[in-house]
Amino acid sequence: MAEDVSPFSHYPSRNDMSKRASRNFKEEAIRYALMATATLSIVTTLGILFSLMGETLFFFREVSIFEFLTETEWTPLFSIKKFGIWPLVTATALVAFIALAVAIPTGLLIAIYLSEFARPRVRDVIKPVLEVLAGVPTVVYGYFALTLVTPILQEFIPGLRIFNALSAGIVMGVMIIPMVASLSEDAIGAVPQALREGAYGLGATRFEVATQVVVPAALSGIVASAVLALSRAVGETMIVSIAAGQNPTFTLDPRVPIETMTAYIVQVSLGDTPFASLEYRTIFAVGTMLFILTFAMNIFAHWFVRRFREEYD
Amino acid sequence: MSEDTQTVGRSEPIFKASMQWRRIKAHFFVVLGLLSVLLGVVTLLVLLADVIIQSTGWLDWQFFTSFDSRFPERAGIKAALFGTLYMMFFTMLLAVPIGVMSAIYLEEYAGDNWFTQFIQVNIANLAGVPSIVYGLLGLQVFVRWMEMGRSVLAGSCTMALLILPIIIVASREAIRAVPPSMREASFALGASKWETVRHHVLPYALPGMLTGAILAAARAIGETAPLITIGALTFVPFLPEHPLDRFTVLPIQIFNWVSRAQSEFHELAAAGIIVLLVVLIALNSVAIYLRQRLRTKY
Repeated sequence: MAEDVSPFSHYPSRNDMSKRASRNFKEEAIRYALMATATLSIVTTLGILFSLMGETLFFFREVSIFEFLTETEWTPLFSIKKFGIWPLVTATALVAFIALAVAIPTGLLIAIYLSEFARPRVRDVIKPVLEVLAGVPTVVYGYFALTLVTPILQEFIPGLRIFNALSAGIVMGVMIIPMVASLSEDAIGAVPQALREGAYGLGATRFEVATQVVVPAALSGIVASAVLALSRAVGETMIVSIAAGQNPTFTLDPRVPIETMTAYIVQVSLGDTPFASLEYRTIFAVGTMLFILTFAMNIFAHWFVRRFREEYD
Repeated sequence: MSEDTQTVGRSEPIFKASMQWRRIKAHFFVVLGLLSVLLGVVTLLVLLADVIIQSTGWLDWQFFTSFDSRFPERAGIKAALFGTLYMMFFTMLLAVPIGVMSAIYLEEYAGDNWFTQFIQVNIANLAGVPSIVYGLLGLQVFVRWMEMGRSVLAGSCTMALLILPIIIVASREAIRAVPPSMREASFALGASKWETVRHHVLPYALPGMLTGAILAAARAIGETAPLITIGALTFVPFLPEHPLDRFTVLPIQIFNWVSRAQSEFHELAAAGIIVLLVVLIALNSVAIYLRQRLRTKY
């Protein structure tokens, strides 16, 4: 930058040439350094794939993949080992289902309310509350589920155990509400104003505009937000580890202790499991399953939005 | 709305009744929306009230200066606090430069080709990977292959990868918000690409990048699962002095106390939660303040 810009030197001196060369070299070096850091995201993805795949392949050398996908008992930590992943899968599905039953209706209602009904000042109050709700660490929600929600639910539901899928699912649902609300609101916000005005011009009420014009127009985004919420619920760890138990039971009863895929990984990690043992490998097999499930859902959500988006003008 | 066209020819009372019903439906819907909002607000208030009530009497000086203990009255969060600090120091040291540099590359340098697209798709997918999967990655790659052990450094590396997508996305938005005229003026004066980025784009994008980094830090401080997976300890009666020492963090300490049966430990967990939430609220307030300042800038 300290280049000589004297008006008398029309031709670059030798000194200037070498300066320019070194400057060009520096520019190129920086360019490649920046590119290298950006490539790290690809390296991370490869790292996830290789670390999961490697141990999972070792796992399936000792345990048949058929047993893994068809057996309904999961007892890798007992003396009689059985490796059927179904108890973990049904537990995960059960908790996720309860969570979505809470999060999707409320999240969607909040999104519609905020974008179609609420006055700007009300929005400015509600949005930060939702952000705070989304920022609470999951371990705090776990504490909440175990020490407060479960005892309250036990008053109403006889036979509800201390660890259960219901309380974990409900609290997880509350945790996911902000995500559903914000993604759905984005989808609703993308609906052109002209559609609403057209409907109002025909004499529709706000309710009719919201339910018969805006929601159908934003449906692809709303479905995508539901699928992303499901993916989030499946991968959620701390709430289920704290409040849903560590008993891999093949059941859909929301009142009894269960164990989700993520909770199993936590359970094994808390013990001192030696590397390269079969127990160590089980968490990678379960992790692979988890990764494939959530990855498929994320891809599906993004594809769905693109495929079924309503195009205007 | 087909009802309306039918009612046009009819006598007036039917039309009015229908209109009333349509209005009632709209009001009913507003009530439902407000109830949904209320569910979130009430949950938050009950949660806060509960931890405050539960933790009364536990949040004393001794709580901050003691290690964990089998006896609740002697237990504290010293190791967890220091562990969180150490881990976050290295996490941010790794994640912020890498994230900002990736963002600069993607916004200022990268051409619109398949490679750039591929990186972008990758980042979007990484943001959706469950945090516990990052834990498995860290366990295998950092703890085992790179032989860092179940150390602070392994935890920091894992956490850095976890928050990298957040930092990249936030930094890109901040860079994109810098007006193109700024770059053009710099180029016109003979500055090179890097000089333009270094002296004009980065200073303007800084508040936005900082906001993103702080929010990412808040996320990392609250994360528990990946650190449990890489094997951070749940009982640590010492301070980590070296990046390769074993450690614990605040959320793991809370998890440990919640998992115990005695209610005294649950109260300790509530006290830990208060500390955690105060830290997070402080960080978020700083982020909001920076965001506001950024808004008034242009």
